[in-house]
Order: sequence, then C-alpha cells, then structure tokens
Amino acid sequence: MNDWLWVSTRKGLFGVAYRGGSWRIERTDFLGDNVTLTLTDHRCGRTYAALDHGHFGVKLHRFDADGWREIASPVYPPRPPGLEENDMWGRPIPWSTQKIWALQAGGVDVPGEVWCGTIPGGVFRSPDHGASWQLVHSLWEHPMRPRWMGGGMDLPGVHSILVDPRDSRCIWVAVSTGGIWYTADAGESWSQRGDGMRAEHMPVESMHDPIAQDVHCLAQCAAAPHRMWVQHHNGIFVSSDEGRHFTELTDVAPSAFGFPVVVHPVDPDTAWFVPEIKDEKRIPRDGRLVVNRTRDGGRSFQTLREGLPQQHAYDVVYRHALAIDDTGTRLAFGSTTGNLWVSDDQGDRWINVAHTLPPIYAVRFSERS
Amino acid sequence: MAKVTFTANIQRHVECPEVVAAGATLREVLDRVFEQHLRARSYFLDDQAGLRTHIAVFIDGQLALDRRYLTDPVAPHSNIFVAQALSGG
Repeated sequence: MNDWLWVSTRKGLFGVAYRGGSWRIERTDFLGDNVTLTLTDHRCGRTYAALDHGHFGVKLHRFDADGWREIASPVYPPRPPGLEENDMWGRPIPWSTQKIWALQAGGVDVPGEVWCGTIPGGVFRSPDHGASWQLVHSLWEHPMRPRWMGGGMDLPGVHSILVDPRDSRCIWVAVSTGGIWYTADAGESWSQRGDGMRAEHMPVESMHDPIAQDVHCLAQCAAAPHRMWVQHHNGIFVSSDEGRHFTELTDVAPSAFGFPVVVHPVDPDTAWFVPEIKDEKRIPRDGRLVVNRTRDGGRSFQTLREGLPQQHAYDVVYRHALAIDDTGTRLAFGSTTGNLWVSDDQGDRWINVAHTLPPIYAVRFSERS
Repeated sequence: MAKVTFTANIQRHVECPEVVAAGATLREVLDRVFEQHLRARSYFLDDQAGLRTHIAVFIDGQLALDRRYLTDPVAPHSNIFVAQALSGG
C-alpha cells in the first residue's frame, strides 16, 4: 500500500507518512499559501503542486531531487484582436489561468507528457515534465465550447482528465459545466460523450443534453477502462462503454449528491462516494459523515460510518479530496473543516489522522517522499 | 529614469528589488523591469499582459488607470509603486 499522502490545503501542503503503525505529518511546504492540487507522476516520481497566490496568480512547483522549484505555469495565448466572448453573466471570459483544477500524467510511452485542466476551461499539455505548456487549441476553439458554463464557480473549468492506460492518445476530460469530452488523437480533435446523463436543474429541453451536464468528478477503472463513474451535480452515473452512454443510479441513500468519486484500480464494480445533502446546503445529512461504497457496479451501496463523526459533522469533501491507493485497499479523504481520515480496509473503518488542518482541497497517495 | 518599487509582500515569493528603468509609459517601464526579473512578471501581469485583478500601480502617487494596455504616462523621474490591492476587511 502507498505510505505517503500529499494533502493540499488552503494554508499549505502537508506530507503525511505511515510509519510504525500510525500516520503523522512529516513535511510542511508552502505554509500559509493556498495549495489547490498535487500530482505525483508514478512514471518518474516527480510531484507537482499547484498554488493559487490570489493577487499574484496561479503558479506550479515541481519536487525534484533537490526539493521544490517553481516551473512554468499554463498561460493562455494572446486573445485575438476584436474577439468578443462573454460568459453566461455577460462578462468577458478571461483568457488567463484562474485556477489549475486538474493535473494528470500522460501514458508510459510519452514519459514527459503531463496534462493540465484549468478554469476558465482550457486544457494544456506539457511535453517536458512541466517545463513548458501549450494550450490545446482544438478544444479551446471548439465551436461548442462557448456553451460551457460556470457551475459552482463563475467560469467553466476542467477538473478531471483521464488518460487511457491502453492508448495514451485517448483522453477524456470532464467540465463543470460542459459534460465529458473525448479525443482519440492526443487532442487534435474532440467529441462529446455522456449520453444518458440528466441535469435536473436545466430546462426540460436541455436536461439530457450532454453539454449541459455538471459532472463533478469523472473516474475510470485502470484495469477496465471501459468502466467510468461520474459523481454528478444531481446524481451518480455509470458507464460501461468508455463514457458513450451512462446509466443513472437513483436508489442511493443517504444522497446521490457529492463531489468526489474513486474507483478500485482493478475491480470496475467497486467505487466510493461521499454523499451530502444537495445542493444548496452541501453538508452531510443529519450531521453524520459517511462514505458510500458499491461493490456491484451500483446495484447496491453500503454506507460506511465506523470511525467517522456521527453528530454535528459539517465536513464537505471536495472532488479531489478523496483518494485510493494503488492496491485498492487504502483510502483517504480530507474535508473543508481540516479533518483527514484514512482507511486500510476499503472504507470499513476509518481513523482520523488530523483534525486541525486548514481546509483541505486535495488528497493524493504517493510513494514515500 | 523612473524608480520602481514593489510591495514587500511579494518578496517571499519572488525577489523584486527596487530598480530604475526608462520608459515613457507604464508598459515600457515594466517591460524593462521584467527583462531583468523575468520570473516576477507573471506575479503582476496576467496571461494577456494586463495587470492582475488585485494588483494596483501608483505613478507618483496616482493610481494607474489603464490596467489592460498600461499606457499611463511616466515622467523621467517618476516614482512607481506596484502594490497588491487590499481586499476585504
């Protein structure tokens, strides 16, 4: 099992290690700064950290043999003169990185390739471990992209990027809101996926339009990439054909609302969710924090609560704050109230590792730092 | 040449010493400054080379108004202060 966690928080990045039978914080980096996401590239061991300095913009850092160093950040190209493009509120869409919302390593056959999703919706590719980034123009300039909208954020954003383990040219990205997009040629062309999803907050005429879907998180089984899971704004959806068609799972207690989903790396029928009351409240139902797990492809769910607070718990778990390790046995998640939990038995029992961290935005397993 | 001073709050992120630089507009001056301190550029300018949302620039005590193209005039001995705007309470 992976014995290291990178925990990205509003006030720094924490490295948490499993040593001598217990978890403890062993590293603190960027203390005081807003760390929004990390990626550990298992092909080479490099770790990336996305920072949002607010006034001073979004920055990327990479952990190499000699420690952290700032590297290039994704930068949008100059806006063409005369181009007018407004968001759903009538305000100009900034051609400028507002947030790094997805980081994903490429395939094993392209060792330097890293993908990055951003708000306001651009996807960037680095061919050289983040030393440089290029906007994927084909998606940014796609004629349907202007129909993307803000979800919880004012602007649309790419939060999930999946690279097919069988073919690194095949990539799925998920947009909030804008649905799921797929390329089979490493980003030269894109098509919409996601038939069968339903956006109940939309007018009936567009409720089933794939581009109207507010996908909160998209996950794929590494050993069975045809199986995809979506935690959606108003439900849980599963696909068995690489995201072409989805089926909604409606009988999910205590709620089908949430942000994250992770899937077992080998068993495509096993996935985990963190349910909350939808959607204007966004807190655990009845103040009881639970994790939902299905082992049968969504036909049934077990609600797991051992070790989790069952009264006055108002933890929100963001889309990148639930993680599963390479073995599919160990899970971890962090919350907006600074709680961090780990399970060594697929969620049956949870232990609290820390309860005073800053608001947690992302949790990622890694090999020991 | 104009004297350019940066907010102390930036120094923990990237070194921005006080510098002098020539130029008739804010753009010209800052371009010369960032030629010397390339890494600092993205901390103050966004992807389109405009001022970041919460960055404010004062030229001889007056707030620079052209945040997009930075055409505000600069005198030969102007004092330019690059600040982070206060947000919230």
